[in-house]
Formats: sequence, C-alpha cells, structure tokens
Amino acid sequence: MQDKQDPSLAGIMATRRQFMGAVGMLALSASLVGQTSMARAEPKQGGSVKFAINDGTQTDSYDPATWQNSYTQVIFGGTLCNALTELDVEGAAVPDLAESFAPSDNLKVWTYTLRPGLKFHDGTPVTPNDVIQSYRHHMGPSSSSAVKALVDSIVDIKADGDRKVVFTLSGGNADFPYLTADVHLVILPAKPEGGVAWEKGVATGPYMIDDNQPGISVRMKRNPAYHKPGQPYFDAIEFVNIIDVAARTNALLTGEIDYMVDVDIKTLKMLEQNTDIEITKVSGLRHFSFSMNTKTAPFDNPDVRQALKHAIDRNDVINKAFLGNAKVANDNPAAPQIVFAVNPEPIHEYDVAKAKEYLAKAGLTTLSVDLSVAETAFPNAIDAALLFKEHAAKAGIDINVIREPDDGYWDNVWQHKPFVGVDWLGKPTLDSLFTTTYATGAPWNDTAWSNGRFDELLVQARAESDKTKRQAMYSEMQQILHDDGGALVIAYALFMDALSKKITHGKIGNMLQCDNFRMAERWWLA
Amino acid sequence: MQRLNLPPLARTAFIRIGSGFFTLFLVSLIIFAAIAVLPGDFAKVALGRSATPETVANFQKSLGLDRPLPERYVSWIGKALTGDLGMSFSSGAGTPRTVVSIVGPRLKNTLFLAAITAIACVPIALALGMIAAIRRNSWLDRLLNTITLIGISFPEFFVAYVLMLLFAVKLPIFYSLARITPNMTAYEIALRLALPIATLSLGIIAHMMRMTRAAIINLLSAPYVEMAKLKGVATRDIVLRHALPNAWAPIAAVVAFNLAYLIVGVVVVEVVFVYPGIGQAMVDAVRSRDIPVVQACALIFATAYVLLNLLADIVAIATNPRLAHPR
Repeated sequence: MQDKQDPSLAGIMATRRQFMGAVGMLALSASLVGQTSMARAEPKQGGSVKFAINDGTQTDSYDPATWQNSYTQVIFGGTLCNALTELDVEGAAVPDLAESFAPSDNLKVWTYTLRPGLKFHDGTPVTPNDVIQSYRHHMGPSSSSAVKALVDSIVDIKADGDRKVVFTLSGGNADFPYLTADVHLVILPAKPEGGVAWEKGVATGPYMIDDNQPGISVRMKRNPAYHKPGQPYFDAIEFVNIIDVAARTNALLTGEIDYMVDVDIKTLKMLEQNTDIEITKVSGLRHFSFSMNTKTAPFDNPDVRQALKHAIDRNDVINKAFLGNAKVANDNPAAPQIVFAVNPEPIHEYDVAKAKEYLAKAGLTTLSVDLSVAETAFPNAIDAALLFKEHAAKAGIDINVIREPDDGYWDNVWQHKPFVGVDWLGKPTLDSLFTTTYATGAPWNDTAWSNGRFDELLVQARAESDKTKRQAMYSEMQQILHDDGGALVIAYALFMDALSKKITHGKIGNMLQCDNFRMAERWWLA
Repeated sequence: MQRLNLPPLARTAFIRIGSGFFTLFLVSLIIFAAIAVLPGDFAKVALGRSATPETVANFQKSLGLDRPLPERYVSWIGKALTGDLGMSFSSGAGTPRTVVSIVGPRLKNTLFLAAITAIACVPIALALGMIAAIRRNSWLDRLLNTITLIGISFPEFFVAYVLMLLFAVKLPIFYSLARITPNMTAYEIALRLALPIATLSLGIIAHMMRMTRAAIINLLSAPYVEMAKLKGVATRDIVLRHALPNAWAPIAAVVAFNLAYLIVGVVVVEVVFVYPGIGQAMVDAVRSRDIPVVQACALIFATAYVLLNLLADIVAIATNPRLAHPR
C-alpha cells in the first residue's frame, strides 16, 4: 500500500503484486509491535461492522486473475472465497478447503484431499473439477493472470475420486502448500463447458455478497454454511472504499466506519491519544529498496555497490522519512519472519570510512550517480532519497536525486533507469522471492543480477526435503545476495491500521495486510 | 454567408449553436490527441509488472489498440454521436462493461449534487448581489464582501476539512461520508449531503454574488440610470427595473460558469467526502488507463461547458436585442 496524501495519486499501482506471505514457525511476538498480549474474551457472534480500504476502483471484478489491489484481495480473496490452504497467524501454510495435503518422496506430486460436505454459497457441492478449473483459469499460454508465473510449474492436475486432487509439478517444490494458499488461487464453481463462473460472485468464503458497487462499497452477510465451526462472527459486514486518508480518519473518528487501513503517520500521534481507537502495527513482508542495475557502470563494480550500501544511514531515513514506522533492513530482502530467513553478517551500517575504503578499492576517490525516485516508488521515497544524498556526500559520493513523474513510473523508470526506488510487497517463501526477483532472468530482476552459484542453490533448495540442508543452502544464498546483490534494502514497512475498540481480535497475521486478508473471518465484536 | 429566412434572434441563436458544435468537435480532437500522448500503457498497467511482452501484445490487439490513431478516432466519435461511448477496457471475456454503464450512475450522482447545490445557491447569490449593489458601501455590503472574499480565498479541500472537523467530528450533526444508497429517506440524504453542499456553496455563492454586484454597479453609472435618478425613482426600483434587465447577460455568464464548475470541478469534494461522482470516476480511469472512460468523461465535461455557455449566450441575446443584429 502506498501512503495516499494526494487523492489524485491514490489507487492502484502496477507494483501491487501479491503473494506476500508466510512465515515459518518462529516466535513472532517480537515483530508484532503494538499488539496487546492481554488475554482476550472468547469470540462471540453477532453485530455488524464497516471496514474502510483505500484502493478500490470502479473496474474491480470478481475475476481472481485480475486482483492486483488490496481491496479485491481482502474483500474477494480473503472474505468471499477460500483457497485450498491458507496462511495462519503464525505464517504457516495450513489446510483450508483441503483437509490435508501430502507430497510424493521427490516433492513433485502433491495430493490434496477436500473436506467432506463443502458447499458453495448457492448450495452446490465443491468437487475436484471446481478445483481443476479454478487453477486452469490462471494457466496456459494465453493467460494474463497476475499469478501466471506462479502456476507455470504445474504440469498437470487431475481428480482422484470425488475428494482428491493431484497436482504434478515440473520439479520438486517443498513450498507448494504456500503456493496453494495464494489469494488468487481461490476455488470457484466450474462451468459445465469448462472455465469458472466467477461472474456471479459465488464462492465458499465466510461471507456472501449482498450488494457490490464497484469502487464504492461491498455489503456482505454471514455464510451460515461456512466450513469452519463457529466462524465467522459478524452477522453482516460492509467494506467501504475511502481513498483519501483524511476522510478515512474522520470517518473512523465519527464512528461511520470501525476500521481503517493505512493510518497517516502524520496524524498517528493524535489517533494514539484517542482512547476509543486501537492502532495495530504489524511488520510484514513489504520492504523498500534503492535498486542498482548491476550491468550498468558504475554499479557493475561490486565495490561500488558495497560503498553505496555503507553510505546510507538507514536509521536516519527511518526516523525522518518514515517517522519511525519501519524496521531497519540489512540488504536482505527476506523479512525475518520467513522460514529460513537469516540476517547475514556483517550488518551493513552507515560507515563513512568503510564507504571510502570500498571506493578506493574500486579505484575511485569520488563518485557521482543519478538516483531516480517518485512518490509512488514507495511512501516518502523522495525524502528518503534526499537524506541518502546527504549521508553519501560525507563519503565523497554525489547522489543526484531525480524526481520522476508518478505516472508511468513502473513502466518507464523501474527496470529502465540504473538506480531507482522500489516498493516490494514481498513473498511468503524464500523460493518465491528469489525466483521472481533475484534469479538470473527473473521477471522482476530489476538489478539484472546474475550469480551462477545462487541460481544453482535455488533449484537445489526447492526440491530438498531435509530442513537442515535447506537452511544451509538458503543461508548461503542470502549471504551472497547481501554481499554482492544490487538491491540496497533500506527497511521493512509496518502495516499500520486503526480500529474502533468495539472490535476485538486475536493475534494478527504478519504476512499480508488485514490479518493476512482474513480480518472479517477472524475478528469479532467486543 | 447566406442569410437564412429566420427572425434575427433565432438566426443568431442558430449560428451560435452551430459554433458550439464546432467547438465540441475541436475539443474531441484535443481530448483524443492528449490521451494518445499520455505516458504509460493500459495493457501494461492492467496486466501488472510481471506481464510478458506477448501477453501485452495479445491484450492490446483484443482492445483494438494496435489500429492506427485516425481510424480509432473516427470510430470513437462516430459511435459517440449515436450515444454509444464504447466498451471499457475493464471488460473481461464474457463480461462486457459499457462505458455508459460505468459513467452513467456516476454522472447521475454528480448532476444530483450539482442540481441541489444550484437550486440552493443561485437565488441566494443573486439576491445577495442585488442587496449589496443597492446598499453599496454600507456596513452590510462591506460585511458581505469580506465574507465572500474569505469564501473565495480558501481552497475547497481546506473548507471541506474544516467543516468536517466542526460539524462531523466535534459536533456530530452531519456525516463525514456522503455515501448515499438508493433506500435512504430524503431526510437522511439531506443530512449526508449537507457538508459537501456547504463546501461547494461557499465558493460559488461568493463568486456569483460578487459578479452580480459588479454588473449592477457597472450599470448604475450609465446615463439612463442617472436620468431615472433625476426623475426621482427609488433606488430599489432603479436596480430592479432599469439596471437588472440589462445586467442579465453578465449574470447569466457567471451562473453558467459556476454550474459548469459544479459538474466538472468537484473532484476534490468528491474525494474528501467519498461521493461517487463522475470526477472521481475520471481520476480512477486515468490511473488505470481506462481510455474509453477517460474520453467519455472529458467529452461529457466539454459538452457541459459548451451547452451552459450556449444557454448563457442565448439569454444574453434574448435580453439584448442589439446582439441579434451582428454587423
């Protein structure tokens, strides 16, 4: 999500890519800043609430292949539908519509068993054919789905009896249950002639559509036949699209809505003083980077990259540009809650002497580079770039900050200019993160980085079922990326939302926004 | 040019209408050209960062974006004349979405808000303008001038937020969201729309009132008014019976300008109060590069301007016979 102070800039970004995701079984309390640990009452049923999201558009549709903004992913993906698996609050991939899943020895064939008695909102039973068509919807050469790259590894899906679905992959993938938890891969009713009938807005989720006005609001009511006993808790919910952050804040203060996504950090202090409002801060997978193209001079010299990595005072950027609402990163795009994530040594800190040392190693005494940013690059990217300019000047590095237009930034600047600001939503597993962004020739490899050893380990680790061996491979890969990669990763963002105290919730998931998109199912009235 | 056998007034109006349509034609060309040079590409925006070049090319072809520009313009404008504004780019396979179905409800909302605001504001503004003209330089005139100057000076979003803070947050009388649903009562709708209407009113009442006052004061120095004064006609009658009939032309012009503004310029108010109007629809469409929708909105805006100005001109021609006989 971007911060949206200028209403004309609010809305969808081409960067919204979504399968952020999951973590392993780590103790996550440390990363859940601001979550109260008091014991909560048992959830109770009843009541109605309104949630405000900030990036809906009038062109939003029920078609999961088109879900690029958080509005569609939270409302349609996380509330109207279910996938075979889901991310629980700890970030593990756990059964959802499937009651169980099991791989073959080589991790190439995965068998999912559907829960008995599953029904769509219109009462028709869920069959393996629905699962097959729902997946095929994103596959094939003519697919323009947001997750085409993700399902490319599936070579075959077939039914086995009336409750089993068998996936055959092109190679072993230990993380496949995370893939099936992706918000786009929800199960919808198949059409008799093939394809899925997404147009009706009928699925399996905790709430059913009552009234949908694209870009304005979606009213929903409880699904009485939901497969999770006791859930959901509210009788009725409404999602409202409020792009302007001041309007969202006022609506929350006046009680017109009960939850708002993306608090404005400028008014955070004021909201924190309000005793009727709870602010939730969750450190997710989203991170911000200044990315250097490693095929373009001077960034093709690893020592120049190292010099720049030591020439930025990340703490200062976080305090001034992000007003303290982010966590320091260490040139490793993998957020600490992801399984197998490590924090490679040495920790890259602001060190003028070291930066000069690396410059000297590269045979330079001074360095002058252009850095392209726009407000859409990531929230307050321009301020961050100007601070970086100040920090680097002390090390004899002249950074010329170029303010690019927001319009077309992701088309004409990102992946075109050699040094740019980038907003990453992150991925649930190291494999999906590296495959999409850091492997040679990966679709979003904006640093044009290519490392043979890294690519080799990536393929090996994917099909390795021994956790210790896998950890060793992933640790080595993160070390290589940290030392040699072109991404100067500044910080991990916090999801900061505000909600009325009339709503209660358990622990909040820290992979995706809005309690891993599931707040409507998991929260209840106090 | 050939003289048409029409009464002079009708003929002048006819010519004026013709030139209005010509203006619209030019505007449609400009709209089309301007959108053609926008950076960014719908197919890329819609498919996201990970789309392969082939997918993008397939998609562009299916939208007809691969055809030459002149051909696209002709087919667009030809259909627009028949009321068919084309298909939105967001139409999926099997889910056609016409531009009319996207823009129509939003336009209705905008016209509704504009109509209520206009009905409330125009009489008030004209009355205040005349009072200020009659009581020129009195304390009342000075007070009205000061208030309207303040009203014009503050940007709308600021006025909107201040009103919201005072009358929705601090004193919960009205609502900060202007979302209206079909099943609301008139009273509820009034409560919900009070703040956006107040925000819009402040600016346009001020503008219309000041122009009305200026137009009338301008005429009060004319020789025939001098004559009426010498005959001993009361000030009020001078304004209402001698000055006002001649002031209609400038007043109609400023009213038309403000009504057009209510239709095309309320994006800020729509955003702040979350009112689903056409301005918001256009901003949305620009962001997602939904070109048919952007073009339709721009065309609707241009039409609103041209039509309202046409009306103002016709009022001017009707109230000033000299204009019907251009030399």
